[in-house]
Order: sequence, then C-alpha cells, then structure tokens
Amino acid sequence: MNQISALVTKVTPERHSAIYWFLSDSWVLTRRSIKHITRNLDQLLSLILMPIMFLILFRYVFGGAIDTGGTTYPNFLLAGVLVESLAFGSSNTTVNIVLDLKRGIVDRFRSLPMNSSALLSSHVMADLFRNTISSLIMLAAGFVVGFRPTADPLEWVMVFGLLLLFTFAMSWFCAILGLLVKSVEAAQWISFLFIMPLTFASSAFVPTDDMPTALRIFADNQPFTHVIEAMRAWLVGTPIGNAGWLSVVWCVAITLVSMPAAAWLFRRQTQISPV
Amino acid sequence: MDNAIVVEGLKKSYGKLQVLDGINFAARRGSVLGILGPNGAGKTTTVKILSTLLKPDGGRAFINGYDVVRESHKVRSSIGLTGQYAAVDEYLSGEENLEMMGRLYRLSNADTKSRTRELLRQFDLVDAASRQLRTYSGGMRRRIDLAASLIASPSVLFLDEPTTGLDPRSRLLMWDIIKELAAGDTTILLTTQYMEEADWLADEIVVIDRGTVITQGTPSELKARVGSEYLELIIAEGSDFETAENVIMCDELYIDRPRRSISVATRNGVRELKEILDCLEKARIEVESVSLHRPTLDDVFLTLTGRTATAENDHGQTEKKEKAKQ
Repeated sequence: MNQISALVTKVTPERHSAIYWFLSDSWVLTRRSIKHITRNLDQLLSLILMPIMFLILFRYVFGGAIDTGGTTYPNFLLAGVLVESLAFGSSNTTVNIVLDLKRGIVDRFRSLPMNSSALLSSHVMADLFRNTISSLIMLAAGFVVGFRPTADPLEWVMVFGLLLLFTFAMSWFCAILGLLVKSVEAAQWISFLFIMPLTFASSAFVPTDDMPTALRIFADNQPFTHVIEAMRAWLVGTPIGNAGWLSVVWCVAITLVSMPAAAWLFRRQTQISPV
Repeated sequence: MDNAIVVEGLKKSYGKLQVLDGINFAARRGSVLGILGPNGAGKTTTVKILSTLLKPDGGRAFINGYDVVRESHKVRSSIGLTGQYAAVDEYLSGEENLEMMGRLYRLSNADTKSRTRELLRQFDLVDAASRQLRTYSGGMRRRIDLAASLIASPSVLFLDEPTTGLDPRSRLLMWDIIKELAAGDTTILLTTQYMEEADWLADEIVVIDRGTVITQGTPSELKARVGSEYLELIIAEGSDFETAENVIMCDELYIDRPRRSISVATRNGVRELKEILDCLEKARIEVESVSLHRPTLDDVFLTLTGRTATAENDHGQTEKKEKAKQ
C-alpha cells in the first residue's frame, strides 16, 4: 500500500447547467448499460434466439396452413416476430432495474451528486441500442427463410423510426414492472405475462379474421397489432388502414403515462427501502 | 465549532418499528468516529440518513454545516459512502468502475483519469485494473468499492461495517487503509460490531443499542468504564499452582484451578506481563501459555446494559445474508 495519505489530492467538481448534467449522467450510465449487453452474452442470446425460433417454427410448421391473403407467409410473419423481439428486448429493462436495486449499486448512485432518474433512462437507451442490433439480425434471418421486403428508403426510415418509438414506449412500461417486483425471477415471468398474450392475441402470426369475436375485437384494437400492421405495410406493401397513425398515438400515449409513473415509483421505492 | 458531522435528536421508524429514537453525536473535522452496536441497533439507518439516502422522521443532521435533508445536493458532493456489501458494477472493470463514479461525481475528464490512476496504484489494483469485477476476490471488491467512494476526495467518508465478512488478512489490510486515510484530513464515520475494530481505528466511540446512544467517549474512557484487558496464564503441570497464586502480586486475580488458569486484569499489558513472568521465573514456576484478552462488544454490553449483544450470532447471520446476495 503506497502513501494513501496522498489521497487528499483535491479535485473540484465542474459547474454546468442541470440539463447538461442530466444528459451527462444519462450518457455515462448508458455506456455502462451498453457494456453490460456486450459482456453478458447469455442474456443477449436468449433474447435473440427466442424470436428466431418463433420465426423458423411458424414459417415451416404452421406456415403452410395459414392463409395470409395476398402476401406470402414469410412476408406476413416477419413484422410479427420483429415486434415480438422488440417487446422481449424491452423486458431487459425490467430485469436490469431489479438487479440494480438488489445489488445496492442504486444506493451508491443516490449518494452521488448525480440525477438519479438518469439510471432509468440509461436502461431505456440501452434497449434502443440492443433492439436496433437484434432487429437487423431478425431482418437477416427473415431474408434466409424467404422474406422479401419491397420497402423504399423512406419506408425503411419509417420502419426504424417506429421500431425505436415502440421500444422506447415498451421500455418505460417495463421499467414500471421492474420497480414493482422484488426478484429477478418475478421480473422474468411478469414481462412474459404481458408480452405473450399481446403478441399471440394480435396479427403477429395469423390474420385476426378467423379469431372468435371477442378475441378479434381485442386483437384488432390493441397496440401490438397496430404496430405490426404498420410495419408490415411499410415492409411488404400490405394495406395500412389506420395502423400508421394509431401505432404512433399508442406509443406516445404509453410513454407519456409510463415515464412519470416509473420516475415516481423509483423515487418512492428508493426512499422507503428499509435498513 | 469545527464539527464535520453533527447529529441532533435523529428519529426514524419503519412502520411500528422504532429504529432510531433520538440520537445525538458529533464528529470533529479530521477525526474517526466509530459507531459500535449489534445488528439492528440502527447503525446502517444512521449512515443512510447522513448520506442522504433516507429522510429522518425527526431531528436534524449536518455534514460540513449543510442540512442532510434541505441541502442534500451540497452534502452529496462532499461525501463518500461504502456500504456493507460492495456497491460496484460486476460487468465493468475496476478502471471503468472508478471512471464511471468520477464522472457521476461530476469531476472533469482529466481529474477523473488522474484520480483513477492514483487510486488503482494506492489500492494495489493496477494489475487487475482491466479485469471485470466478477473475477475479483472479496477483499479486492471491498478495496475497489472503497476506492470508488474516494474518487472525488470527499471530506467526509462513511464506512458501514467495512470489514464484515472479510477474512482476517483482508481485514488487516482494510484497517491499514483506514488508518492511513484517517492520518489525512478526511473525517471518517465508521460503523462496526467489533470492539477491537472500534478501539483500533476510532478517536471517539459512540455505542448505540435499539436506536439510542448508551454511551460515548474515547476508546480508553470506554475501556476504563467497561473493564480492561486481562492476561490469562496457564501454569504447566509440573509446577506448583498454589505457589504461583501467591507469587503474583496483583489485587485482581481470577483463579480457575481445574484448568490451571490465572487471569490478571491489566492496564498496560506488556510491562505487567514482563513483571509477572519475572516473578514466576524466580519462583521456578513454568508457564505453559499466555494470552491477552480484550473486552468485546459483549463485555461492553454486559456492563452497560446488563445483557449480551449476541454479536457473534448476529455476525454469523450477516455473513450468511451476504452470501445469499451474491
């Protein structure tokens, strides 16, 4: 141990505006979360393998039996598994927030002169990064099994824009779940509980026309279906109907509700945590 | 007044459980204040309130003159906190952890880099700097954790049970580090369950139990109140035990004939030990073994409250809890 008494090297904090610091804190923590993605390959693989499995199984097992009207089944299916993979990717926020809270690193962060809510937004930012990568992988996998997009450059931009907007909304929603549950196991099943019904009771894998009436009404009017329909329309040219603007409205609405709710829960959780 | 930490009538309860019931103490700038108490005494709650993590229900507390509730932001810039279990990032390397903390303490890039290099060198972690913390040993984790809390050269440092769960070697290393820190002008608040640790590191000790301060003073004042150290001599089989009893010139002797043990209360251990051994040698009495016993937290509690702190038990549980967390 060499001269720890030299620890008194004085350093002084920098002075900037509050907004500068919020962005700086978010950036520092986002870099941390992104490093987690690349260093925790198990987590990344499980999130990508699941939708790829769905892609292959549905394409080859059910594909022949499903009537998708005008377009081929691979073209129909891809938007569905893409949105499924986005939803699963966002559920990482749930797990990672639970891990941070359990490991005590949140207490360390909160004792620093930083903006604590930057921690939540950093997990959301990391999801945007992760989902962009996993979407590219999904598109490539789709191409291998017969997906042939017809989108022009503008439509590709809209696909990626909606992809990010949907991830943003879902991640903030998943942040709420992460602040409500107490264990990693619970974090995993609770996101499963939301994502599975929403992907299956939608037009992800089959058209909604043949569903029983009650289910069809639900499926036709829930956000996942709108997002899937919009992406499908832009990717392979199926009719878009109202899906374009409805999907944007849903995403914005989910974000506007979830963001303050998550911030409020975070403050409450970290304030009353006993001993 | 030149107190870096001032605590006035602090109260906190979780539901019906009153964890802090009006505690008062102060720490001089540059001193080490030890908070000694068993598990559940309110040590961690006190640290959490002082480091702005919890709001008290009543009373006030000041760090460098700033109120921990109303001026929490100013408090945070000048404190460092090391909790009971390492609050560092498993997937980042030691260097990345320190740099992240530096930026979150709002140091400039240049300051962050130079402090990181300095701390890695001082804490003997240069070789492990680029390894992820998952590969660190328990002792290394505590060191990087402590280093992280020192990145912004805080003037007040909170160490919440810094050696709980460490093996003896890592504990000694940790003590050396704390000693060196204390030699600078950092004010340190240290919580512990070990009398020995508080005695060795602290300038002033506050003993708390069930949320109240039961006594405070310097380690020597405390020991004077609690009873001092004692020497235990085991007389060898071949020598006459009764002669030994008579030869030792001391007022307070505790005899345990079946074990052939004589205990002597002592205030200045080594000199008295030498005198006693000299006497015994003159009387040709052979001594099999000598041991020095220090008062433990249990002794302190027995004297002050009339019941034991069962610190040993609680400690065992803490270790188990820690393992479960990892």
